[in-house]
Amino acid sequence: MPALTEQTLSAARDGLANGDFSAVELAQAHIAAVEAARPLNAFVTETPERALAMAAESDKRRGAGQAGVLEGIPLAIKDLFCTEGVLTTAGSHILDGFQPPYESTVTANLWRNGAVMLGKANMDEFAMGSSNMTSYYGAVENPWRRSGDNRPLVPGGSSGGSAAVVAARCALAATGTDTGGSIRQPASFCGIVGLKPTYGRCSRWGIVAFASSLDQPGPLTRTVRDAALMLRAMAGHDPKDSTSVDRPVPDYEAALSGDIRGLKVGIPKEYRVDGMAAEIDTLWQQGIDWLRQAGAEPVEISLPHTRYALPAYYIVAPAEASSNLARYDGVRFGLRVPGNSLDEMYEATRGEGFGAEVQRRVLIGTYVLSAGYYDAYYNKARRVRTLIANDFAEAFENVDVVLTPTTPSAAFTVGEKMDDPIAMYLNDVFTVPASLAGLPAISVPAGLSEDGLPLGLHLIGRAFDEETVLRTAGVLEEAANFTAEPGFIAGQG
Amino acid sequence: MAVDKATVAKIAKLARLRVPEENLDGLAGELNNILGWIEQLSELDTDGVEPMTSVVAMTPPQRKDVVTDGGRPEDVVRNAPESVGGYFVVPKVIE
Repeated sequence: MPALTEQTLSAARDGLANGDFSAVELAQAHIAAVEAARPLNAFVTETPERALAMAAESDKRRGAGQAGVLEGIPLAIKDLFCTEGVLTTAGSHILDGFQPPYESTVTANLWRNGAVMLGKANMDEFAMGSSNMTSYYGAVENPWRRSGDNRPLVPGGSSGGSAAVVAARCALAATGTDTGGSIRQPASFCGIVGLKPTYGRCSRWGIVAFASSLDQPGPLTRTVRDAALMLRAMAGHDPKDSTSVDRPVPDYEAALSGDIRGLKVGIPKEYRVDGMAAEIDTLWQQGIDWLRQAGAEPVEISLPHTRYALPAYYIVAPAEASSNLARYDGVRFGLRVPGNSLDEMYEATRGEGFGAEVQRRVLIGTYVLSAGYYDAYYNKARRVRTLIANDFAEAFENVDVVLTPTTPSAAFTVGEKMDDPIAMYLNDVFTVPASLAGLPAISVPAGLSEDGLPLGLHLIGRAFDEETVLRTAGVLEEAANFTAEPGFIAGQG
Repeated sequence: MAVDKATVAKIAKLARLRVPEENLDGLAGELNNILGWIEQLSELDTDGVEPMTSVVAMTPPQRKDVVTDGGRPEDVVRNAPESVGGYFVVPKVIE
């Protein structure tokens, strides 16, 4: 039997059910892996005592015949999810010491289904970033390195800690959140699976808000089957989130039939962007061939407004962020920097508590919402968003799923692109359109770059059709047979 | 619509962000780069297009107007940097 940390979530579920090992043993192995992976800086807070206590409770429930769908499974939780009594930072100085008196709905769903918390994963500050370099708690290292090159690489972001710990075998899965690509891009950079569900599929309640019309929690896992299991446990209607949708949660694992014969796969010509690396294009073509060989029918489609998605996103997301982040004022939680008046206290607290990228976005958002610019920027972007959603709606009249690359490049080195915000934003050029349209999308590890780094393929589905997305992803996964492992695996070497 | 130093200072004030004087020029440059890049949206004709309000077509849910939670003032102020007797304490607002 392989080490307890080397198996997939679904294998661990079966092992626990068969009594091959206990939840406490599984938790102990992962706690040791979390410690061994400290050089990656992937956790803000480790919670080993809580993990052991939860695992012991899990073993009792199993003994009493009350096992949930994730019974005994150790997880990392992105530090954007409020966890009752456990430090929750959003990667920001301004939430210093914040211990939520409540639990987010998604994490509560996971614990109700039997999962065990290993700790809170590092992330870009307030989920604003594509590198994990904007975290107040420092950059996270990608467990992968280029072949013959020892420089540390970014894990992507904003769910960079979540992706790194799953890739480095410290957790069987992790939660992430995706606003413009924050689950899918780090999953691609770290060689794992990342699923952004349809907007409204998982509750946002108790997740620190970035851009409320775009934010959506989802899983990061090592296999498509594991993503299906995680989504089933995370999803569901929540009256506390008025955008949460009241429709049944399917058994996503049952959708993994492997049969995509006759499925129409859209290949959007506008995603063939200028300057895209040849290896990305080659991988995309390989993905098309794999799906065709499995009996699907690739169809060229047009999503004509694709190139406007990113600039529209960089109006909508900062506008919503500037409103959401108004609550960090030094009064009710977190950091307070004294001032002589209330306004001075606000300004001092926010000036010191927010990092450079967050300040930039708050300023952009304030500007585009300010009198005189609201229509020219904010309403314009909302109109463009409608056009982008319409593009997808028309495409999905003729195809069942859309295949694109996840990112325009593999992981880059720590420190790169920090002096050029737009170069950083371009990381999300393939992931942002689905976010603006609220559609489910997944990144599946599909190959290696010339210098030995993982590259992902990206599938986008119809709203609430995660089943087709997962089924197609399962076929891609099997065809790609991605067995490469990162140079750093917790507890090895 | 170029942003100058004075505009940055004004929006920083609106956003209640203290930005040191020496950072204003640099920020103006960064914001101009971003806004200039966003400007490409203007080449797109959006006349007659409805601005998106909700990405998922749904009727906002309604609930009974009843108390669902509360009676936990100590939880509410527990994370406050400064509180007294269940109240948040802030610098003096009224002279």
